[in-house]
Amino acid sequence: MAAFDRRELGAISLGGAAGALLRVWLGETFAGGAPGWPWLTFAVNVTGSFALAYLATRLAERLPLSSYRRPLLGTGFCGAYTTFSTMAVETIKMFDADRGGLALAYAAASIGAGFIAIWVATSLARRTRALT
Amino acid sequence: MSAWVWIAVAALGATGASGRFVLDTLISNRSGSRYPLGTFVINATGAFALGLLTGLALTGDALLLAGSALLGSYTTFSTWMFETQRLAEDGGIAPAAVNVAAGLAAGVGAAVLGRLIGAHL
Repeated sequence: MAAFDRRELGAISLGGAAGALLRVWLGETFAGGAPGWPWLTFAVNVTGSFALAYLATRLAERLPLSSYRRPLLGTGFCGAYTTFSTMAVETIKMFDADRGGLALAYAAASIGAGFIAIWVATSLARRTRALT
Repeated sequence: MSAWVWIAVAALGATGASGRFVLDTLISNRSGSRYPLGTFVINATGAFALGLLTGLALTGDALLLAGSALLGSYTTFSTWMFETQRLAEDGGIAPAAVNVAAGLAAGVGAAVLGRLIGAHL
């Protein structure tokens, strides 16, 4: 059994609580929108991917190593704010409703937009060094 | 929503994120693979569990807490995409495509299986 740093776990818990609160709050606030395309999950996943990539790139490649920012903001907040399980269940519900095309489009758009968000945020974080 | 439900959301979000970190660390330490197996296992098991809750026809606060708060925080989309992009940088398009296809197929397959089992319980 690996030994875990309690303070690191504390930072992840704090970030995870904040990420879950924000996602659930957004879900309650924007509940009952247009049926069909799950805009909320889509938006949460793309924005959270952007934030994670910017942060992880900055912390790993640009800024001096800080022990608790990555677990707090990356693993904790961005990890909990974005979600995969909801996306998977939304996808199979679209197949149930005979909207297989929409299901494939939803999965492809989430992955495509998520990947682009990571790529853009990584490039931005790497370029920032030239300015500072 | 009552204050207690929000407190429970925060506590379950903390639990899901910590559980993800512990499991990912344990798997990554044992795996010599170039692929991020920790995230793969986490997302597949989380999708299975949410499928199970869906099959059990959980609704209301119970679904919000067990599904959105706990499993939503346990599984992660951003880390999956981040690891995929880093795989693409290091190894090109093929390993990145494998990571996306395997993660999606396993997640959707696990959710279908979970729901099927949940519906028969």
